[in-house]
Amino acid sequence: MTEAYLDHVSATSVLSEVREAMLPWLGERYGNPSSLHSRGQKAREAMDSAREQVAALIGARPDEIIFTSCGTESNNLAVKGLAQASKGTHVLLSAIEHVSVLTPAKSLKRAGFEVETLPVDKYGMVNPADVAAKIRPDTALVSVMLANNEIGTIEPLAEISKITREKGVLLHSDAVAAAGSIPIDVVALGVDALSLAANQFYGPPGAAALWLKSGLKIARQLEGGFQEDGRRAGSENVPALAGMGKAAELARLEMSKRTAHLTGLRDRMLKEIPERVPHTFVTGHPTQRLPGHASFVIQFVEGEGMLLRLDLTGISVSSVSACTSKALKASHVLLAAGIDQTISQGSVVFSAGIMTTNEEIDYVMETLPQVIDRLRQMSPLYAKFLKENK
Amino acid sequence: MAVYSDKIMDHFTNPRNVGEIPDADGVGEVGNPVCGDMMTFYIKVRDNRIEHVKFKTFGCGAAIAVSSMTSVMATGKTLEEAMQITPQGVADELGGLPKVKFHCSNLGADALHLAVNNYREKLGLPPLGEPVSAHDHDDDEDETPSCGSACAT
Repeated sequence: MTEAYLDHVSATSVLSEVREAMLPWLGERYGNPSSLHSRGQKAREAMDSAREQVAALIGARPDEIIFTSCGTESNNLAVKGLAQASKGTHVLLSAIEHVSVLTPAKSLKRAGFEVETLPVDKYGMVNPADVAAKIRPDTALVSVMLANNEIGTIEPLAEISKITREKGVLLHSDAVAAAGSIPIDVVALGVDALSLAANQFYGPPGAAALWLKSGLKIARQLEGGFQEDGRRAGSENVPALAGMGKAAELARLEMSKRTAHLTGLRDRMLKEIPERVPHTFVTGHPTQRLPGHASFVIQFVEGEGMLLRLDLTGISVSSVSACTSKALKASHVLLAAGIDQTISQGSVVFSAGIMTTNEEIDYVMETLPQVIDRLRQMSPLYAKFLKENK
Repeated sequence: MAVYSDKIMDHFTNPRNVGEIPDADGVGEVGNPVCGDMMTFYIKVRDNRIEHVKFKTFGCGAAIAVSSMTSVMATGKTLEEAMQITPQGVADELGGLPKVKFHCSNLGADALHLAVNNYREKLGLPPLGEPVSAHDHDDDEDETPSCGSACAT
């Protein structure tokens, strides 16, 4: 069967070079990086080089990298850790943040913080002027993601950071969806903390990082030993971190090649899918978006049914329809971008990867219209639409 | 374990009785596209028996499988028997539904009952029974917000 994996926003494959870098640490090489004996010190060295590789990917210093276990942990550490270490009591978040930013912000709220939301426009874009207007003397933290996983939109972080630096407020950015897909220079972006995760750029799951500008204080969330300079306790996942280092290095070296390939595939999908499937709209920004990321709402069909039918044809995609979500809730991202709840049921996200070929996209173009047609034939909403537009 | 059983996937992939009956004797519509699932059932009745059922459904895999199974279960039944078809009965015939799907996607029986009573109403007959609603089964131990709560927000 022809297959097309177009759900890189959920997980990427682990590259063979990355696997090679990990394998010794799942076999003959072992040791706790905190141990003073030579086995331990070899593990420490492996972690040090992973730290350098990850730092190089985002233009940071190695000692500014705090390794964590996943993007969610990085975001929890940033949002709660920075707010708790600050004297401020007010937190500003964009309306389209990932749940791993929104949920820790909710617990800050329960602890007495005031949490305010920054609206987005129809492309899911934050207006820097809103940040300027909403920052207060007691603002502890602003958190705006670099790119959104559901709609692909890349936020104007450099413009936002001009404002936060001028006002002396910390700025965190969840770059989990962006890191490895677009060039990131934390100095040029002007942020103070940034989250990234290896499995978004062909590294293994279980390895992630929070970059924290040197000199900044953070309240640790995982308590115990003095790993990661006392900022994150717990024995390090050396095999996964070795893999993350290699994946970061490859992403940095191949960035322009990958971006060119992915942008070509994305632009093809953004143009051709609405042409082939009528009543389909692009979600997110048409150009300021992640390479490889093409998201849509397709009217009169529901995302889960679409996803399952595409899966039967060998095509893997994701959807943020209410039925697809475990919470059975409409996507807060699509709602924030002003997309009607009924239409948001037809959400589908195609995210191409570095191994995706044009032939796979050809297959999608051939298959998708048939799948949608089949679902529309059984949709009472489509029948109504046809009757009303006779 | 897969989210959906083989039986659900079978009815989702090859749904039975999809379509409309232009001269239907009874039509029943339930759900709300905002919530995710919407079903319309059409029935043809002869001698108090459901001769044909057709349906159209907008919704997730479970909603489509439920509609298909309900249509199969209702075909050939008397109107009274059709009223005895419950969301639980449909779920059982499908080999069980994922818990989160039980509430919002299991509307086939409701739509069928509405179609039956729509037919009776046209004949000037009183409705049969109270339609059994999937939403009557509220287990509070589950914190997962149901579709109903999603719609309320």
